[in-house]
Amino acid sequence: MNNFEPRIVCFVCKWCTYAGADLAGTSRLKHKPSTTNIRLMCSSRLSIEQIIETFREGADGVLIGGCHPGDCHYINGNYKTLKRIMLMHSILKDFGIEPHRLRLEWISANEGKRYAELIDEFIEEIRASGPLKLNEACGFSEKKIPINE
Amino acid sequence: MKRMGLFICHCGTNIADTVDVEGLAKKFTSYPGIMFSTTYKYMCSHPGQELISKSIKEHKLDGVIVAACSPTLHEMTFRKVTRTSGVNPYQCEIANIREQCSWVHTDRVKATEKAERIIRSIIEKVRLNEDLQPIKVDVTRKALVIGGGIAGIQAALDIADSGYPVVLVEMKSSIGGHMAQLSETFPTLDCSQCILTPKMVEVASHPNIELLTYSEVKKIDGYVGNFTVTIEAKAKGIDWELCTGCGKCSEVCPVSVPSEFERGLGKRSAIYTTFPQAVPNKPVIDSESCLKIKTGGCGLCEKECDVGAINFSREFTYREEEVGAVVVATGYELYPILNISEYGGGEFEDVIDGLAFERLLSASGPTGGEIKRPSDGKVVEDIVFIQCAGSRDPEKHKPYCSRICCMYSTKQAMLFKHKVHHGQPYIFYIDIRSGGKGYEEFVERAQREDGVIYIRGKVSKLYRDNDKVKIVGVDTILNKPVEIEADLVVLAMAIIPSPGTEELTNILKVQTDENGFLQEIHPKLRPLESTTAGFYFAGCAQAPKDIPDAVSQASGTAVKVVSLFSGDYLQLEPTIATVDEDVCSGCRICISVCPYQAREFDEKKGIVRVNEALCESCGACVAACPSGASDQKNLTDKQISTMATAIIKEDEDG
Repeated sequence: MNNFEPRIVCFVCKWCTYAGADLAGTSRLKHKPSTTNIRLMCSSRLSIEQIIETFREGADGVLIGGCHPGDCHYINGNYKTLKRIMLMHSILKDFGIEPHRLRLEWISANEGKRYAELIDEFIEEIRASGPLKLNEACGFSEKKIPINE
Repeated sequence: MKRMGLFICHCGTNIADTVDVEGLAKKFTSYPGIMFSTTYKYMCSHPGQELISKSIKEHKLDGVIVAACSPTLHEMTFRKVTRTSGVNPYQCEIANIREQCSWVHTDRVKATEKAERIIRSIIEKVRLNEDLQPIKVDVTRKALVIGGGIAGIQAALDIADSGYPVVLVEMKSSIGGHMAQLSETFPTLDCSQCILTPKMVEVASHPNIELLTYSEVKKIDGYVGNFTVTIEAKAKGIDWELCTGCGKCSEVCPVSVPSEFERGLGKRSAIYTTFPQAVPNKPVIDSESCLKIKTGGCGLCEKECDVGAINFSREFTYREEEVGAVVVATGYELYPILNISEYGGGEFEDVIDGLAFERLLSASGPTGGEIKRPSDGKVVEDIVFIQCAGSRDPEKHKPYCSRICCMYSTKQAMLFKHKVHHGQPYIFYIDIRSGGKGYEEFVERAQREDGVIYIRGKVSKLYRDNDKVKIVGVDTILNKPVEIEADLVVLAMAIIPSPGTEELTNILKVQTDENGFLQEIHPKLRPLESTTAGFYFAGCAQAPKDIPDAVSQASGTAVKVVSLFSGDYLQLEPTIATVDEDVCSGCRICISVCPYQAREFDEKKGIVRVNEALCESCGACVAACPSGASDQKNLTDKQISTMATAIIKEDEDG
C-alpha cells in the first residue's frame, strides 16, 4: 500500500458543493481527510492563474466543485468554469501537470453522498499518481518564482 | 499588523472527540499574528460569546477566527459578537471544523491535521480582510405571491392585512387550489368549501390585493427588494371587464369535455368557470375544444351574452410589476395514476385517485355526493383504499412519505361509511402515520365507530373480475392472505410538485431538492426562505403537508416578507467586486461576463464601474479581468492564493 499522503485543495462554491460537503457532515458520511475546502461564492471566481499557482505551490491535486449545469446560483457561472477547465486540460501538460490532477465536478447541495464518494475517489486517484514533481518536469530550480510580486 | 484571536469550539463532544482542540489551541499561540487562542465547550452559548467579547477587548484584537460548525449556522452569531465588541463584523470568519472535519473523519491524528489546515487557511483570509460596511438599498414595499391555493391565499391576506400591497398570480382561472376540490377536511370534518370560500372572497375584495388569475410569471429581473416581474395573462376569449358572470354562456355551449376540476369524472363545456364558487366567478374559453375557435362555426354563447363580453380573443397580454419580495406557493399535484400500472391505474375505470374520490364525496361533485362507480354508476358497497401508491417506493416511484394520505384516506373511509351505511371500507397500509393534533384520535374513531378495517400489508395483485376489482394481498399482522372483491379502489397517490414548478424555478433561479420540491436555506432554522434572497415558500411546493401546516407556513412567510419591508432600507452583503480605476484598461470583457448587468462602462474615463446594488458577488468578472484591475472585497486574489498556500504548506511541516 502506497503511504503517500496527497495534498489536495478543493475550491468549492458556497451554494452547491460547500453545502453538499456540509450535508455529508450532517449525515456523518465518512471520507478520507486529505482534502481541504476553500469556499468561494461561485466556481467562476477562480482564475486560470490561481489554479496554476496552487499546483506550483505544491498541491498534488485540485478539485473544483460547482452547481450542476442549469442550477448555478449565478445563472451561468458554472459554464464559465467549465470553459476555463476545458482550456486548462488542454494546456496543463505543457506545465508538466497531468490533466487528471485538475478535476471539475458538479455537486449539488443535496448530494452529500456523492461529495463523500467523489472525495475518496479523487484522493485515491491522486495517491496512485504519486506526488506532482513540477520542478523536475519543468526544470524549475528549488527557489520558486513568485507570480504575485 | 493584524492582532488575531482564535476561538476553538468543542461543540460538546462533536468536535473535541475527533479533533484535539486543546493541542491546536496551544500550537496556534505561536502562529504569526495570533495574539490569543483558546477553546470552549460551546462557543455559541452566552458564556462562549462573552469569552470572545472579553478577549477581543483584553487583547485588543482586530481579527477573529472561530473554529466551529459550518458558517451557514453561526457566522451571523459570531459576527454580531465581533461587532458589539467594537470590531468590524467582516473581520470575523468561521473555520468549519465540524461538518467538514470532525463529523466526517474518524482518525483523530489525521482529523486534527485537517482541522489545522482549515484554521490556517481562515487565519490567512482574516489577515487580509478589510473593514466593510453593508450596502444600503431601497426596497419596493410590494409583494408578489405566486399560486392561489390555501397557502398563497393565506400569505397574500396576511401581507395585505399588514398594510402592504400584494399581487397574487394564479395560473388557473380561479383561486382556491386543490382545497376547493375537497369534500370535508380531517380531523374536524369541516366542509372544505365552507372554510375556504370566505377567504377566497376576502382576497378578491381586499383593497391591498390585486388578483391576476389565468396568469403566469414569465420573467424576473433584479435582486432582493427590487424585482421586476413580467406576468403573462393567458387569452380568456372573454372581456372580464364586461362579463357579469351570469353563466348563460356555459349553459348553451354544446361542447362537453372531461372536467379537470372533477378529475375527469364529470364534464364541462368549452366556455366554463372552474367550479360554481370560483373567484373571480368569470368563465374562460378553452381554445382546444371551442367550436367557434376551431371551425369558425357555432358562436351560440356570443349570441346568448347580453353584455357582449365574448370576443374569442386569443391574444396573450403582458405586464410588468415592481415588487420587493416573492412568495412561491405553487402547490402540488398527485403522481399520475397512469404511472401505477401494477394497480391498474388508467386501465380500470373503477380504480381512481384520492382527489377523484373527493369529487365523488362532494355534494357539488359529478354525482351530487352519491358514491357511484365510474364504470356503471352502481352504488359502491365494498371499497378499498391503498396507501403509499407511489410513495415510500424508492425503487420504482418516489422515496418519500407524502405525509397526508394516511389521514385523508381515513377521512374518506369514514365519510364513505356515513353515506353508505351498509358498505365496508378497507385500508391497506404500511404504517399509519397520524402525527398531528387530534389525528391519532381520528384514526381510532374510524376504527371504533365507523368500522373501517385496516389491513397492514401491500397489495400484491389487482385484477378485473366481472364487474368487480379483485384485490389480493397479505395481512402481515395475521400472517394470512386476503382477497377482497371491491366495487371501487382508491389509490392514495404520492404528492409531487405541481406541473410547471420546474419551469418556474428556472425562471426565478431558486433551487429545488432531488424530488423537485423547493429547497429551503436551512431545513430547521430557516425553512421559509430560499437560498436566493427575496424568495419565500409556503405550502406543498416546499414539501407535502396538510392544511394546518400549509396555513401556518404561509403566515410565517408573510411575517418574513413584512419584516423585509419594515426597515428603511435593505442591507446587502458588501463582499462585491471592485475595479482599480488606475489599472482598468477599459477592455470591457467583465461586462460580457457579468450575469447581472452590474458592470457599466464609463465613457468619460474609459473604465468600467461596478453597480454596488446589482453586484451579487459571484466574482466571475474578477477571474476574467485580463489586467488584474478587478478584485473581490474580502475574497481577493491574494487572499485565495495565501489560503491555498496555507493548506499546502501545513502538510509540508507535518
